[in-house]
Amino acid sequence: MKRTGAQIIWECLIHEGVEVVFGYPGGTILPAYDAMIDYPVRHVLVRHEQGAAHAADGYARAGGGVGVAIATSGPGSTNLVTGIATAYMDSSPLVCITGQVPSKLIGCDAFQEIDITGITLPICKHNYLVTDINDLTRVIREAFYIARSGRPGPVLVDIAKDVQMTSMDWEYDESPIRLPGYRPHPQPLTRELEQAVEMIQAAKRPVILAGRGVLLSGAMPELRELVEKTQTPVAMTLLGIGGFPAGHPLNLGMMGMHGEACVNKAIQQADLLLAIGMRFDDRVTGSLQNYATQARKIHFEIDPAEVNKNVQVDLALVGDLGETLRQLLPYLQACDHAGWIEEVNEFRDETVQRDIQNRPDDGSLYAAHVIHDLWRSTKGNALVVSDVGQNQMWTAQYYKHNDPYTYITSGGLGTMGFALPAAIGAKVARPDADVWVIAGDGGFQMTQAELSTAAQEGLKINIAIINNGYLGMVRQWQEFFYERRYAATPMRSPDFVKIAEAHGLTGLRVTRRSEIEAAVRQAQETDGTVLIDFRVEAEDSVYPMVPAGAALDKMIRRPSPRVMVETD
Amino acid sequence: MQHTLVALVEDRPGVINRIASLFRRRAFNIQSITAGPTEQPGVSRITIVIDSTETNAERVMANLLNQVYVIQVADLAQVPSVRRDLALVKVSASPDSRSLIMQLVEVYRARIVDVNTESLVVEITGNEDKIDNFVDVLKPFGIQEMVRTGVVAMARGSGPMPRINGNGNGNGNGNGHKQSYAEA
Repeated sequence: MKRTGAQIIWECLIHEGVEVVFGYPGGTILPAYDAMIDYPVRHVLVRHEQGAAHAADGYARAGGGVGVAIATSGPGSTNLVTGIATAYMDSSPLVCITGQVPSKLIGCDAFQEIDITGITLPICKHNYLVTDINDLTRVIREAFYIARSGRPGPVLVDIAKDVQMTSMDWEYDESPIRLPGYRPHPQPLTRELEQAVEMIQAAKRPVILAGRGVLLSGAMPELRELVEKTQTPVAMTLLGIGGFPAGHPLNLGMMGMHGEACVNKAIQQADLLLAIGMRFDDRVTGSLQNYATQARKIHFEIDPAEVNKNVQVDLALVGDLGETLRQLLPYLQACDHAGWIEEVNEFRDETVQRDIQNRPDDGSLYAAHVIHDLWRSTKGNALVVSDVGQNQMWTAQYYKHNDPYTYITSGGLGTMGFALPAAIGAKVARPDADVWVIAGDGGFQMTQAELSTAAQEGLKINIAIINNGYLGMVRQWQEFFYERRYAATPMRSPDFVKIAEAHGLTGLRVTRRSEIEAAVRQAQETDGTVLIDFRVEAEDSVYPMVPAGAALDKMIRRPSPRVMVETD
Repeated sequence: MQHTLVALVEDRPGVINRIASLFRRRAFNIQSITAGPTEQPGVSRITIVIDSTETNAERVMANLLNQVYVIQVADLAQVPSVRRDLALVKVSASPDSRSLIMQLVEVYRARIVDVNTESLVVEITGNEDKIDNFVDVLKPFGIQEMVRTGVVAMARGSGPMPRINGNGNGNGNGNGHKQSYAEA
């Protein structure tokens, strides 16, 4: 059959199971947009291409499969860059399709021409420039295959306008994908599995470090079996949250810079670390020199390039987590670590609980209260998308996630402005979920325009703005490390209630703890997106905190009525 | 310590750029990089020399293998190998010095490939030490211009390129999509 390149794009997308794309039209992608009308694909029109990439990312993280963003050449494609980098750092499967100037003009600095494959080279798992219609089907098939297999990641496909406009006799190519250098399914060797069994069986003070790989592999049942069979306490990375139930007695909580003291202490005193689908980011290790010095380390990881990158490990099991654990589990004997678990539980000094309890109800509103009460009011069942900064750390600390794929946030890149567009994508992927954005006043304003997208699409999202009038995390660093010199962190915001109303949406304001529950209920019961402006205490900080580069157990604690600043 | 890595890559547009970009992004220092065709159509061979005291060779290999277009990587430090560099040296040659230079060319088994009234162009192949040494010897005559190709290398013995087990976990085993060099 005769097909234009533009039609081939949609034919291929439909073969990949794509039902929705997030995008923004423009000159060089116009032929593709024109063809789109004839295909059963939902298009969500964002207000800025960065929003398209974040929405596609949120869609993927919420479990929708590969997210697709589409944009025009030049500024359309460069606007995707932050979103692509965000997805890359957090291993999120994305296919970004961009228009490119006609192939004859490439290299001539044509209007809206930019070398987007060059620009995105270091932030894509792979990328393509298509200048021949005969390559188009193969390239799109490879793009989806690469994006979703192995360690997932973003793939960009830049398609010259003339390729979209040319026609050819076309059949879908069903032949196996041929990528001789691509190895998405590595497997550990038998002797490595045997060695792992020995090490696990010999451990007296083991700790599991669970990361986003658990969610990407869908290895939640296997992880749980490992934990329970070997009676090993679990520390979570930020992006691992949801991979193991927060309410499980062996779940210690989040590790790292803003992890509970007890979690970091357990890691530092462990004799064996089982790093499962995590990559020893500097925000979880602190000073590498002092990191878990007594522990032997086993790294369960699908990406061989992650092994020995930051932390030298004693054994690496390179492969899909679920598969590796399924192979390993039958050989493991049940362990009893009652003494160690008791010891770890004694470390639990409830910093976070103390944080809430020590806050007098003096009429002011604390972020900890907001998120804790939001968790209670939503019965822990919300799909929470947090932004970046204090709001993110408080969310990780106070919203207890028991289910996978219910917490979405930008971890590796730490992209402010991620939450709202990502929540749009998450809501599109899971229309029945109670989707909540938790964002600071700073980050929210970065992509606030996407409120308009939510309104146009009739999406029901609830937005909690943790409004403290500062770029809070930066202000906190200035308070701790820069003698309270608040350079460029005080921020005046618009009236967020009116902003919501200007979009035809509902805006609420909360200034007292007693109002939180009612506001949450009202938001849930109101049709359409609701924004709640929580006016919280301006100079509150996230505790505990390990200063950047310090050893994991050297932390700044919440000043309590008795102790101002205590370090151990 | 010098470490020589050999990568077989699909001959696609931008593949050298991808590898150069990878090295830059990961802050891997390279001493030389050369690329050229192989006996297989569509497959190029890249030889990379790194200083392994500064840059961890296993990390370089693991990152190279993560590139979609990199088919295979071998670490030639692990096996006996032949290493060759080629240099063209344009050296000043007066009537007095000419015969002296020609004697040195003879000793080093180099070749004179261009003769001029003022200068000679000498071609020499060999390992880097031999070439370094030869260049030092020519220096007193006055080197007008020099170019070196960078090292290419090959494992000794018969059979195709040795398979690597990067990062100590036998990772080359892959799956159906992975093809060995011989099958590629």
